[in-house]
Amino acid sequence: MDTIDTRGLSCPQPVIMVTNAVSDGKAAFEVLTDSECSLENITRLLESKKYKYEIIEKDEYKIIKAAK
Amino acid sequence: MKNIFKSRTGIIIAGSVIGIIAALLQYMGNPPNMGFCIACFERDIAGAIGLHRADVVQYVRPEIIGIMIGALLISMIKGEFRPRGGSSTVIRFFLGAFAMVGALVFLGCPWRAFIRLAGGDWNAVLGILGLIVGIGIGSFFIKKGYSLGRNYSQSKAVGFIMPAFMIVLFLMLVFGFSKLMLSEKGPGSMHASIIISIIAGLIVGGLAQRSRFCTMGSIRDIILVKDFHLISGVAAFTLAVFIMNLILGQFHPGFTLSVTDAAGVITSKPQAIAHSMHLWNFLGMVLAGLAFSLAGGCPGRQLILTGEGDTDSGIFVLGMIAGAAFSHNFAMASSGKGIGTFGAWGTIIGLVFCLIIAYTMTQKRKLS
Repeated sequence: MDTIDTRGLSCPQPVIMVTNAVSDGKAAFEVLTDSECSLENITRLLESKKYKYEIIEKDEYKIIKAAK
Repeated sequence: MKNIFKSRTGIIIAGSVIGIIAALLQYMGNPPNMGFCIACFERDIAGAIGLHRADVVQYVRPEIIGIMIGALLISMIKGEFRPRGGSSTVIRFFLGAFAMVGALVFLGCPWRAFIRLAGGDWNAVLGILGLIVGIGIGSFFIKKGYSLGRNYSQSKAVGFIMPAFMIVLFLMLVFGFSKLMLSEKGPGSMHASIIISIIAGLIVGGLAQRSRFCTMGSIRDIILVKDFHLISGVAAFTLAVFIMNLILGQFHPGFTLSVTDAAGVITSKPQAIAHSMHLWNFLGMVLAGLAFSLAGGCPGRQLILTGEGDTDSGIFVLGMIAGAAFSHNFAMASSGKGIGTFGAWGTIIGLVFCLIIAYTMTQKRKLS
């Protein structure tokens, strides 16, 4: 599964990276993020693109596991 | 943990409340169409601490302090306070400085551009068009892979440096530190009381932190990802200011800056702290919009991020304060009479700087 590491990047870059993954037709991928704002933007994007996702909390960051 | 302001309703409520507060601040003493102006208020702070000597625009604006501290408090409560930094720091300083140069050629940050529009100042239309073009140019590079690189976690104490600086400024104002330079006339002398200004700032800072309110982001998100979330907040903000202006008698539609009687004496100034040099209203905001989009946030958003512990945004804020000093010391800032002697130079040099940064920091799709 592809991992998109958006840690330390500010919006809109994380959203664009996920948008690229979506438009490349990836059915499943995971996104690493350490920003609550990016998390909201990414999950809003995934919802609009009809992806299902779950969020796994790590110490310093979160993993969003997304799948079509 | 659920953030109610994440929703469309949430951002509309946040935008409306910020708009209502902006109009009320003007009613209670802030300068015309300047309930909030992050750029103007940071410029006033630069003057108050003596970085420039334009004696009509010197005041420690509690709104700026309140916004940053409000964001700090709410982000600590919500567990979002996270000191971080180290992403192209010096670039951010100069993006902040040139953003300020552009904003002071137009005479307002994006917040004030929308407040001016809602007050009937049609000169603001040129500024908003410029803002859209500037953000469009920035978005073009972001799409191509523009990035200032990653930031990294820093120790807790680092995140408190900028808020502490703000609190020191506030204490100097409250206790009347004699070395502060405070305007006795002009826009700098016009302000709501300290207590009202600081409370307004705290509320706006808290709301903007929860809702991620950002004027630059609202336009960028439409251009880049066709996301209309943030713009609904900015539209609500503008509408709220407009309605409040109607209620409070602060709506004066037109381009006209001043009205004179038969003897040539100015009888009224419908559009104060504005000018009608349309090209420069436009280009000033192209520069500001481009600089904001390359730095990832409008001036208000940069204050919020600073409160959340983002020291890169803190550097941008300091860059804006330094930029205000350059603007006034080097006669680049506009006034009601038009642009400053070297305003055109500042704008053009700023645009060249931003384009070089945009080009050199763009690596083709390296991010994906």
